Amino acid sequence: MNLFDNFKDPQLCKTLLDRIHAELDGELRFMEVCGTHTVSIFRSGVRSLLSDKVVHLSGPGCPVCVTHDSEVAAFLELADKNAIIATFGDLMRVPGPEKKTLKSAQAEGARVKVVYSPFDALKIAQDNPGDKIVFLGVGFETTAPAIAATVKVAREQGITNFSVLCFHKLVPPALDALVADPELQVQAFLLPGHVSAIIGVEPYRFLASKYGLPAVVAGFEPVDILQALYMFVTMRNEGKIEVVNAYTRVVSDGGNPKAVSVMNEVFSPCDALWRGIGLIPGSGLTIRDEYAAYDAMRVFGMELRDVPEIKGCRCGDVLKGKMSPEKCPLFGKACTPASPVGPCMVSTEGSCAAYYKYRI
Amino acid sequence: MERVLLDYGSGGKASHRLIGELFLKYLGNEILDRLDDAAFLEIKGPISVSTDTFTVDPIFFPGGDIGSLAVHGTVNDVAMLGARPRYLTCGFILEEGLPMADLERIVQSMGNAAREAGVLVVTGDTKVVPKGAVDKIFINTTGIGEIFVDEAPSGRRAAPGDAILISGFMGDHGLAILSKREGLTFEAPVLSDCASLNHLIVRLLEAIPSVHVLRDPTRGGLATTLNEIAGQSGVECRIFESKIPVRPEVTGGCSFLGLDPLYLANEGKFICILPQEHAEAALAIMRSDPLGADAVQIGEVRGEHPGKVVLETPLGGTRLMDMLEGEQLPRIC
Repeated sequence: MNLFDNFKDPQLCKTLLDRIHAELDGELRFMEVCGTHTVSIFRSGVRSLLSDKVVHLSGPGCPVCVTHDSEVAAFLELADKNAIIATFGDLMRVPGPEKKTLKSAQAEGARVKVVYSPFDALKIAQDNPGDKIVFLGVGFETTAPAIAATVKVAREQGITNFSVLCFHKLVPPALDALVADPELQVQAFLLPGHVSAIIGVEPYRFLASKYGLPAVVAGFEPVDILQALYMFVTMRNEGKIEVVNAYTRVVSDGGNPKAVSVMNEVFSPCDALWRGIGLIPGSGLTIRDEYAAYDAMRVFGMELRDVPEIKGCRCGDVLKGKMSPEKCPLFGKACTPASPVGPCMVSTEGSCAAYYKYRI
Repeated sequence: MERVLLDYGSGGKASHRLIGELFLKYLGNEILDRLDDAAFLEIKGPISVSTDTFTVDPIFFPGGDIGSLAVHGTVNDVAMLGARPRYLTCGFILEEGLPMADLERIVQSMGNAAREAGVLVVTGDTKVVPKGAVDKIFINTTGIGEIFVDEAPSGRRAAPGDAILISGFMGDHGLAILSKREGLTFEAPVLSDCASLNHLIVRLLEAIPSVHVLRDPTRGGLATTLNEIAGQSGVECRIFESKIPVRPEVTGGCSFLGLDPLYLANEGKFICILPQEHAEAALAIMRSDPLGADAVQIGEVRGEHPGKVVLETPLGGTRLMDMLEGEQLPRIC
């Protein structure tokens, strides 16, 4: 048995489940804000083992899901500019205006390459000096430092045909906007392990201090998730509401200051559009003026265009935990993974896609 | 370095040299050697025919190459119908500029694979297209085999009460290809499992003719093939996740690449669905062959959720194991 097996141990999970159900008083409505948690909760079968009183809601935790239509329109506009687009794979199928995607643009002749790391994109730039290479910078605090580091390396090495379309988003400001909504019916937050490995625990303290909500930074194995749920129950029962780091094997309370410093050197906070939610102040990252030569928006003289909202799509309500996916009138009918209408169905980590894929 | 020229597909002297010096050298047999417009075959009874086109990138990968794969893949498809594969046809589309040494290595590998599987390449075709029109080499093979069972196994015959067996580890081929394509190296290299299964299939069916379904979970992997069977037969496939053999290095590689091994291609494995009372005997036969050494029962056919594959997780929870929409895409985080 290796380390990971311990965090999947069925007996330990059963013990935790029994305790949660025995000690839970009333209903527990918890939200996870990381797509990896969403998938893990379904894939491991944890969801099917929770009683009706433990209500699982998926928040805006998938970077693909929250990428705004007007941002997707910008990707597609770039594809038409004969640049080589380098992207993480799961953006390929995100529909923009008129249901066009990077995949369909590729079929029409756009040059799109799926990469595993922004440094692979920089390598493409070095190998193709006659072309302009744009990396699609989408993601949360998890991916932003590596992309910032790539921009720094590009500048240090004098690589001039590489730029980043920067649509990074920040988790804590979005959480703040979410919990400030009086209609939100969430009682506890499962906080994202990967994001927290970068930013630490401090940025989430307001959940407990300002809103009285318990929150736990957790890993992605079933034992991690059930342990966090049990912590919610005990915190509530004991009246000790806190933000706790339960993923200490990966996350230190102070995060990764080196990664944060690289991120802050290249990017600065800005207002950002979230799909299904709208504008959230200070929730995005933009490229600092010192690195303007690596900002694809400036390199190509582009601006975000207004794009009409998707008609009938209730992803905003799903992302805010106000509606469960199967209650959406489009779910499984007009909106399926084959033909997704809204963001929650697009990404494999989206809550609607997870419902569709894993629920019997 | 000698390279494939457009002339080689002209039908003229250059083509004839290629056929004589390369194709007949490695693939020749008394039927192919006649070099008539078509092959003269004698076959009795019902036959199984399957065709497949191989475009794999990279053309050489750990554990095999496009040539051996083009034989194994079609031989296996033919065999899954309860047939003894006998003959293969073979069409090559070559990209101008392909190194001759690569072509020779591929054809030699096809010859070896065909000999091991006991099939004859009886007719073929070669086209050379301008650079860029194909990626190095594409190969089409069509296989013909004689069905030797009274009732051929079919994806439509799974019935409640049947056992679901697989012949070994899942995802090896898919991960071997992806890791080579992405330039990833692991502590223990993952080799493609590509192999011809026909000899094992014949032994299995001769001993246990009541096998209901035989399928090789190639593209789309175990999950996709089980969904096809559940749909074709109108039954539920209930799978116990903890029973599915996946090598730790494949699990690790998939976790790194953001992929699910149950959707990765296999090229030397098969799914066998048969009445539960024959499961132990079938497993014993499979395990007696190196190609089935890790065979195991992973689930059972039920009637509750027709058309669906339901996975029981190690925790005792259940979830759907759905078919993928398209290719698996690596995730952002």
